Amino acid sequence: MWLSRENIIGLAIFALLAVVPAIAAVTEIPFYLDLGRRMMILAIGALSLNLIMGYGGMISFGHAVYIGIGAYVVGICAEHELVSGFIQWPLALLVCAVVAFIFGAISLRTRGVYFIMITLALAQMTYFLGVSLDRYGGDDGLPLAEPSAFADLIDLSEKTSLYYLIFVLLLFCLWISRRLIHSRFGMVIQGARSNEERMGAIGFPTFRYKLTAFVIAGVMAGLAGVLLANHTDFVNPDMMHWTRSGDLIIMVLLGGMGNLIGPILGALVFILLEEFLSGITEYWQLIFGPFLILVVLFARGGFLGFLDKKKPTEDGDA
Amino acid sequence: MPKPLLEVRNLCKNFGGVTATDNLDLSLQPGFIHAVIGPNGAGKTTMIAQLSGALKPDSGKILFDGQDITSLSSPARSHLGIARTFQITSIFHEFTALENVALAVQAHDSHSFRFWRPVKKDEKLRTPAQAALDLVGLGGRPNVLASTLSHGEHRQLEIAMALATKPKLLLLDEPMAGMGAEETLRIVEILKSLKGEQTILLIEHDMDAVFALADEITVLVYGSVIASGTEDEIRGNQAVKLAYLGDEGAAF
Amino acid sequence: MIDPTLLFEQLFNGFQLGILLFLLAAGLTLVFGIMDLMNLAHGSLYMMGAYFAATVTLATDSFLLGIIAALPATLLLGMLLEVTILRKLYDRGHLDQVLATFGMILFFNELVRLVWGPEGIEVALPDFLNQSVTVFEVPLPMYRIVIIVVGLLVAALIYLLVAKTRTGMLIRAGASNREMVGALGVDIKLVFTLVFGLGAALAALAGALAGPIFAVTIGMGEHILIQVLVVIVIGGIGSIRGAFVGAILIGVIDVLGRSFLDSLFKLFLPVNTAETAAPAVASMLIYILMAAVLFFRPQGLFPARTG
Repeated sequence: MWLSRENIIGLAIFALLAVVPAIAAVTEIPFYLDLGRRMMILAIGALSLNLIMGYGGMISFGHAVYIGIGAYVVGICAEHELVSGFIQWPLALLVCAVVAFIFGAISLRTRGVYFIMITLALAQMTYFLGVSLDRYGGDDGLPLAEPSAFADLIDLSEKTSLYYLIFVLLLFCLWISRRLIHSRFGMVIQGARSNEERMGAIGFPTFRYKLTAFVIAGVMAGLAGVLLANHTDFVNPDMMHWTRSGDLIIMVLLGGMGNLIGPILGALVFILLEEFLSGITEYWQLIFGPFLILVVLFARGGFLGFLDKKKPTEDGDA
Repeated sequence: MPKPLLEVRNLCKNFGGVTATDNLDLSLQPGFIHAVIGPNGAGKTTMIAQLSGALKPDSGKILFDGQDITSLSSPARSHLGIARTFQITSIFHEFTALENVALAVQAHDSHSFRFWRPVKKDEKLRTPAQAALDLVGLGGRPNVLASTLSHGEHRQLEIAMALATKPKLLLLDEPMAGMGAEETLRIVEILKSLKGEQTILLIEHDMDAVFALADEITVLVYGSVIASGTEDEIRGNQAVKLAYLGDEGAAF
Repeated sequence: MIDPTLLFEQLFNGFQLGILLFLLAAGLTLVFGIMDLMNLAHGSLYMMGAYFAATVTLATDSFLLGIIAALPATLLLGMLLEVTILRKLYDRGHLDQVLATFGMILFFNELVRLVWGPEGIEVALPDFLNQSVTVFEVPLPMYRIVIIVVGLLVAALIYLLVAKTRTGMLIRAGASNREMVGALGVDIKLVFTLVFGLGAALAALAGALAGPIFAVTIGMGEHILIQVLVVIVIGGIGSIRGAFVGAILIGVIDVLGRSFLDSLFKLFLPVNTAETAAPAVASMLIYILMAAVLFFRPQGLFPARTG
């Protein structure tokens, strides 16, 4: 059990990630540090999406919104000279929780395709809202006045410090996710994905649990957003664009849904693929698009997915 | 006569132009096994769906233990003590047999906003779940993935899940469908042992089982009740014989 | 207060936008309702239609030829996609469909960038269409009237096809029971391919017509796709009637909102707040409407499916 394929790959990934700063220093290629940070931030995002999508069967096409909101709260605070991370970050998570609650309450009344479309539409609405905020850069975005300050605990402008903070937070999110999935709450979420009608018959009012999961996932994505703002020193509405949500879904798929290392692996593969392909050609999406289609058609389980012979179940699609 | 545990008055349900439930009246005495029989298409499953809360009737009233539950949701009814099994097996295929039943136990053990303790170690869930599995005869295979169980075992699992919610009323929709003779016998024994403590509404086609178990029988045809009473009353009923000509009429 | 002429003009514009949205929504909702396929690449077909039309128009100097050429070209493209990729997705979950069609979007956007460059194409209206017609003493662009007329004609044709012909009956039957229709000797695969082709043609028509008004650029498909999804959600999946009502509703509300919301806000808000809030709220208006409709009727206004 300990030496399951999932755990081995997980250990390998984290071992690799742990030494990236050293590799970057030795080879004098700071780009690796950048790439690593970006990958880990997206991994947190994918992990959060996997909670509701992989385990919960809720296919949210608007999950990137919470990354964007997390980033924007930090950016807007910094713009107003509120640079203390102790205030910014909890505030960002709180805003994400509230928004996720509202969006979830609206969306979870629907099922199947309606759910996908409404999460997409709500996300785009938020994107347009971001674009219309001229005060905060509108379409162009907003440079981060200052990275989040944590008194003397840690200096986030220091590249390596930020790297290891993200590393630790990724591990933390993974640990939280693991406990969540194996808890009573986790069973309800998975049960709702597996057979919603049965859940009602045995006595579970599933809506409140799904909504809670939705909020938790939104908050975790918000954490990714907060880190993203500090990583790119910049926030712009593009972070919330629905194609970013699509990217997250792809990562979860590539790595394999329904297990916890999958999304992390997926983020890694996605980033590497993106780098590799754009190195080959400027028009890399010409290759990536069909690649994605092929993966969907033939490698549905992803690299670590459940080798489930059944049709993948969704959220009660009748 | 004690107060009926379940009372159904004038239940009606239409689908497009098809009348599935036609002014259905039903009364269940507590502790009784009440069988509902009828030819295919009589609307038996539709009736159960409305009783369990999965389907909203167009009109009519459902009273459980004196309380009007017509507008209550499935989970709410489950918490009042109504449990249901499905005609077409409806379980959690990705979970083990034990996990399936444990989930049913969990549903009735206060709320599930518990994010920390792993369910695998939760004896409060596992013990009652194992007991339910033992009762239906699946006790030896708790850690088997539900999807790999046989059809008969699926039906047993359904019953275990229903029993695990400690219900007052069991709505069983063809629990013995597709079972072999030995398995059927076991289920009949289980249901017999529940008689008295539990109230059971049993939809079944297996006439031997019906006559072995039922205290009262209701005959449903085209969504409405054409006869209701004891076994003898039903056997002697002309309308029932007519309805069953060619079908299970041979059983009479 | 609000200038009645301006109001009439914007109502008209909203109606015209609604017609374009309808052309797209009709195809998408049919494909949804009949094949249960979530096709995000519908916007890409719209884009390809626009690019094909623009290219032919520029090459032959004939706007009409552009539209006429774009339809069969996109139709063929659509059917090719259906036969090679999409038909394998009918039995998969919606997640698979979303991902695969998302992959198509990426591909087509990049393809367009490769072939036509990142800039987009400007399509000028031919003179005979570039005039104004006076209606109720208000000058209206002739071209937009043409769009409305064409759209209404198409709506009528679709209605006739689906509701009154044998083919339409087969299509609707195929939606509810594929095996049965197959048993009747009808090649259901062919029916699906044709339905998809129809949707593609409608999308192409919308794209070709939209070219001169909106910009013919990369990503134009996704921009309008979201609005089309809102239309379908509000109208009810699978319902042409719902698509029509939803499209007009969305078109009118969107345009009126953008034009008049700040005047409305200025009635009870300080000018500065009104001017910042209005465009933000205007862009969110149709989504708020969608949320409201879904709150009261989660299956949309005219749900065609009972599932």
